[in-house]
Amino acid sequence: MGINRRDFVKLAGLSALFGLGGKAGWELLAPGQVEAQIKAQGKPLTAKRWAMVVDMRKLDDATAARCIEACHKIHNVPDYTKPVNPKDALTPEQIVRWEVKWIWTDHFHNAFPGFDQPYMQERLEHLNFLCLCNHCENPPCVRVCPTKATFRRDDGIVMMDMHRCIGCRFCMAGCPFGARSFNWRDPRPFIKEEYPDYPTREPGMVEKCDFCVKLLAKGQLPACVTESKGALIFGDLADAKSGPREALKAHYTIRRKPHLGTNPQVYYIV
Amino acid sequence: MADYKNEFGVFAERPTVEKKLYNKLAVFLGLTAFIVLATFPLWSNAGRTIPPPQPSLDTPTIKGLTDKQCVLPVEEIRAVHMKLLIDWREQVVRTGNRVWVNPQGKKFEPSLTNTCLGCHSNKAQFCDQCHNYVAAVPNCWGCHLDKSPKVAQAEVK
Amino acid sequence: MLETAFTGSKRYYRLLAVLLFFMAVGAVVYLRQLSFGLGITGMGRDVSWGFYIAQFTYLVGVAASGVMVVLPYYLHDYKAFGRITVLGEFLAVAAVTMCLLFIIVDLGRPDRLLNVIFYPTPNSILFWDMIVLNGYLLLNIVIGWTVLEAERNQVKYPKWVKPLILISIPWAPSIHTVTAFLYAGLPGRGYWLTAIMAPRFLSSAFAAGPALLILLALIVRKFTKFDPGREQIQTLAKIVTYAIIINVFFFFCEIFTVFYSQIPDHMLHFQYLFQGLQGKGQLVPWMWFAIVGMTVAAILMVFPKIRQNENTLALVCGLIIVTTYIDKGLGLISGGFIPNPTEKVVEYWPTLPEALITLGVWATGFFILTILYKVAVSVKEEVKA
Repeated sequence: MGINRRDFVKLAGLSALFGLGGKAGWELLAPGQVEAQIKAQGKPLTAKRWAMVVDMRKLDDATAARCIEACHKIHNVPDYTKPVNPKDALTPEQIVRWEVKWIWTDHFHNAFPGFDQPYMQERLEHLNFLCLCNHCENPPCVRVCPTKATFRRDDGIVMMDMHRCIGCRFCMAGCPFGARSFNWRDPRPFIKEEYPDYPTREPGMVEKCDFCVKLLAKGQLPACVTESKGALIFGDLADAKSGPREALKAHYTIRRKPHLGTNPQVYYIV
Repeated sequence: MADYKNEFGVFAERPTVEKKLYNKLAVFLGLTAFIVLATFPLWSNAGRTIPPPQPSLDTPTIKGLTDKQCVLPVEEIRAVHMKLLIDWREQVVRTGNRVWVNPQGKKFEPSLTNTCLGCHSNKAQFCDQCHNYVAAVPNCWGCHLDKSPKVAQAEVK
Repeated sequence: MLETAFTGSKRYYRLLAVLLFFMAVGAVVYLRQLSFGLGITGMGRDVSWGFYIAQFTYLVGVAASGVMVVLPYYLHDYKAFGRITVLGEFLAVAAVTMCLLFIIVDLGRPDRLLNVIFYPTPNSILFWDMIVLNGYLLLNIVIGWTVLEAERNQVKYPKWVKPLILISIPWAPSIHTVTAFLYAGLPGRGYWLTAIMAPRFLSSAFAAGPALLILLALIVRKFTKFDPGREQIQTLAKIVTYAIIINVFFFFCEIFTVFYSQIPDHMLHFQYLFQGLQGKGQLVPWMWFAIVGMTVAAILMVFPKIRQNENTLALVCGLIIVTTYIDKGLGLISGGFIPNPTEKVVEYWPTLPEALITLGVWATGFFILTILYKVAVSVKEEVKA
């Protein structure tokens, strides 16, 4: 080798400087505020505090089923009761254990444990309440996540970062509403029709409703809201004239497990 | 060296051992085995010619473009697309910002499936060509679909 | 000093071979788990933590119990424990290693493990768990090894070890408190939402850990030339006695609060564990065995005649280990998750692959323990000679 130690260190130092400088240069060249053409897309919907009011007077079982189907379809949520290849059929126990659901229905005493009483309004006994992630204002799931893979956005939505999740399932233990699902295996063999505008998930990650952030960014309402034909009222709680605020002003609403202090943002008109 | 000590107790003096090559057979067998295993990639591929990657830009979308430009110039995108995609995903998922502007001022949606695969809809003839050659296995495809919605719609029609 | 681990009796090599076999089996099954996903275990949407986390919780207690030999010796100058502090520290090393391994095998994406370091989140208890567990591991390796080496060379251990030892004393209960806080801060899990969770963890740890140490000491005395000492074992037995009595007392405190207040959300979990709920109760016999056995063990340990006879002592220690394991292993996790947040009962039982991976991790821990104990015992035998 013809190079002595001092020269080598000098060379290494200069190379490192160039490398870092190059990185800095690339960073400087990144986004600037210049107008241009872009494919026509609706202006994104923004809010200070997204919330939803579920009007159970208008939501019948058929509509609820359509809402669930719409949500699960556009997010490639697997249906473990319907394998693409019949040979992959699962046992009932596996179906229960591996179920992934972002939105579902439950009876009153399951959705609102502790609220039910021996003699209730007859209608309430059989009513199927639509349940989903409540996008709480004080979410325990966000509090416990060790990597901030689940985090609360400024507009109130509790978001999942699928790229960062390590699959520790602490958030699942933390959620008092059972709103989170885990991918115990590869879901693709149980997705009949792959929806092209949304990824699937790999095994080892937690997933849940994200209030359709992708649709909101395109200026559309969440799929379940659109499908519900008015039974689900979605809007900005900070805006006094929004749908949810009007509904909350006009009707008595209940929330799931409010005494736990998570401040859920899904309200139910019963 | 009266206080020389090993696990069996104290010796009066350090034991002397004749200097020579012990366990000749084991040493040479082990050395040979190691050299063979360590150079395995070299001699097992001797004489084979691996054709260089030939990524193909032959897709309907690209053919239909008047201005055949990627989001960044070719040399640049080739070098930085890995980091660009990571920056895109951080931007979209963590800040919710779904608009990215390239240095020329053109706006794009920062999306692997929509933007990249919108033009490069032939993953097997494009992305995989170089990736297979250098044995790079990007783990995007476990989740992200390799067919953009535009292409999927066109196929249905 | 590690060279002493490479020479041993045939029995020693046979033990290592058996442990290596189970480690290999566990590793192969783990590869299957990596490729298929955690679905090969019995966990599901409702019981999302299971056997792996249960083992981790139990072993954190065993690891923390190392402080029970360190504290009397280094802080209160109880000279008798000088013989066995290294046994306690090496047991802590093996136990914490198993804890970390169980956390890793439980992760859905172990390839992203480093995200906990890249994106530190101080509000998450898991973040602190990572810090305290790794810190405790490092402390015990350094302290145990250095003090042992000093003993071998018949000099006093270097001065810088003392502050580390003093740090390890509060650090040990902290690893267990942090682990208890994983459970005790979750608003949706009534079984775990009790201020007494951390104290319960500590009391069962200080019963199970020294009980295990007693059994290990008896084994070491039987199979090697090193005798940990009768007085040492008796002092450990006294520690176990007080800890197990407190543990049983804490359990009855829980029962009183839950059933006297009659709040349904808290009662349901105990009802599932001890009576069965919605027609399901596969854990009922286990839980009754655990509680009755623990109470019986506590009563037995009070009698000096039983404690001082090392045969009966070994039996009662075994009973304590088994009952605390069932209580913390099976009962804690299932009880917390069942019934689920919508008050439905979905039961959990580990599958065979899950059990094999668990066995592989235990084998790894015992492998490390065997090697470390061999080193410690060899040094002690050598010094005596």
